[in-house]
Amino acid sequence: MSQAPLVQPVYKRPPLIARTIRAIRRYWPLYLMIVPGLIFFLVYKYAPFYGLQIAFKKFSVRKGIAESPWYNPWYYWFARFWKSSTSWQIVSNTLILSLSKLLVGMVPPLLFALAINECAFKRYARVIQTVSYLPHFLSWIIVFGIATTMLNEGSGVINRMIKSFGGTPIPFLTSNKYARGVLVGTDLWHSIGWSSIVYLAAIMGIDTSMYEAATIDGCGRFRQIWYITLPNLGRIFVVLLITKVGNILDGGFNQVYVFMNDRIRPTTEIIDTWVYTQGIGKMQYELATAVGLMKSVISAIMVLGTNALARKWDSALW
Amino acid sequence: MVRSRNDTIFEWICTIFIGLIGLICLVPILYVVSYSLTPMSEMLKNGGFVLIPKQITMAAYKEVVRDPNMINALKVNVFVTVVGTLCNLVVTMMLAYPLSRSDLPGRSGFIRIIVFTMILSAGTIPTFLVVKATGLVDSLWSLIIPSLVTVYNFIVMKAFFEGLPTDLFESARIDGAGEFRILFQIVFPLSLPIITTVGLYYAVAHWNTYTAAIYYIQSTEKMPLQVILRRMINQASSNEVSADDVIPPETLRMAAVCFATAPVVIIYPFIQKYFVKGTLAGAVKG
Repeated sequence: MSQAPLVQPVYKRPPLIARTIRAIRRYWPLYLMIVPGLIFFLVYKYAPFYGLQIAFKKFSVRKGIAESPWYNPWYYWFARFWKSSTSWQIVSNTLILSLSKLLVGMVPPLLFALAINECAFKRYARVIQTVSYLPHFLSWIIVFGIATTMLNEGSGVINRMIKSFGGTPIPFLTSNKYARGVLVGTDLWHSIGWSSIVYLAAIMGIDTSMYEAATIDGCGRFRQIWYITLPNLGRIFVVLLITKVGNILDGGFNQVYVFMNDRIRPTTEIIDTWVYTQGIGKMQYELATAVGLMKSVISAIMVLGTNALARKWDSALW
Repeated sequence: MVRSRNDTIFEWICTIFIGLIGLICLVPILYVVSYSLTPMSEMLKNGGFVLIPKQITMAAYKEVVRDPNMINALKVNVFVTVVGTLCNLVVTMMLAYPLSRSDLPGRSGFIRIIVFTMILSAGTIPTFLVVKATGLVDSLWSLIIPSLVTVYNFIVMKAFFEGLPTDLFESARIDGAGEFRILFQIVFPLSLPIITTVGLYYAVAHWNTYTAAIYYIQSTEKMPLQVILRRMINQASSNEVSADDVIPPETLRMAAVCFATAPVVIIYPFIQKYFVKGTLAGAVKG
């Protein structure tokens, strides 16, 4: 009978440099392939972090980033932003807009997916599905063009209808009263079909034997949805909701910038559009960088937090 | 299966509901298309609302094509979409294939470097300064290089490559094929569905490019379609329809909108399934 050795033979990992040399010798073509993509990430995604220092500097284009003097106090640009009268407005605009898009945009795609799944005419349902994805592929400029055609005060279809019934035209696109509603509505139009794909896929994944059992027990269609389909979609719904909450500081630059005009600026100026106008438009690089930095940091914390939360939900509940 | 009356009613409600959503999605688009094609006389007769025109005129389109800015913008768009998508695909593939190989030392470190950029970004102004420092401002390459790889597309592609049978690579290597040959002669043909999907994602993004253009492009002759279009829409809005104009600005605007979207809408029905496949791949993995 052989005895187990008291001391296990120790495998000594070769030092890092030796390992690296060996890896490169063996895998050099693979590393070579990574190079262009890696350079891209280093230059256009990591090098900008170096430029963040201008948020604490008095930046002059002539002197460059490194040579420009530090500002005293270091928080000058941050303080200037929070002291200005517009800061709270753009922060609250961003939050209001994102939250309304989130609240309005979560349930309709779910209902749409349920109805598509319940519809008995499969061909018809498939055609509707295809049509509903189409808006997702139109750029926001095109959507704006279509929205102008529909909602314009002078010649828009809806206002012509209102006028023909004897009402007064409504300035949907130029009034602060309707601006947010238009943004939320067009966002829903743009995304309803596309967002339903995830739910449809989840519905397809539900075990059909549950429905069979329910039918034998005498469950109608509506009850099957209520007791089988919806609980099964709960998980993906919560995960999507949490992910969206993580991106709440975005608000959708493209859409908002395209729809914006000076009259509706007070209710629709969001952080990203403000950064663009101040930074690129007015060349206030330091101020715009400072605000962008605050947004990035808070966003990163929220994304990490909500991701952790989503993972917890994912394992804790199901 | 026996169906109760309630179930039938319920099915009809669903059918009508999705029909309504389909109409809401389609009618505005259809209206813009037919407006651009309908002669003014017919438009005025119907009080400005025509969904399917009896007569068709291409006059507005001829006018749009005559605009030198529009033609320039179209050229910019074709260049950026074709060259940009090719660059995107080659670089994304060459990044995704090595990092899909579980035997590659340092793999997780590289992946972490890439995914990190999804969580924290330096913001638009520092990025603008880098684009400026690399000499891309006011060059068409500024619409291509700063968005060379999208992390999402990288993840989708890497996930697909990870699912390929590794024995194939092994036997190719024994037969003396180098890694580049394996990538382009074995992995590439096997991955055509995912490459098409990711390529289409990139292509649509390039065709619709707007944000990068307003940040980086200054001269009018280098502006892509969406920027020119946005200007046109703003100029033409708030004009009342009148019979005096040969082609009213409203019609022109809609012709321009259709002109710029036509490529996407025409190929859309054929490529739609690829897009859906792509979202699902992302949803399952992400």
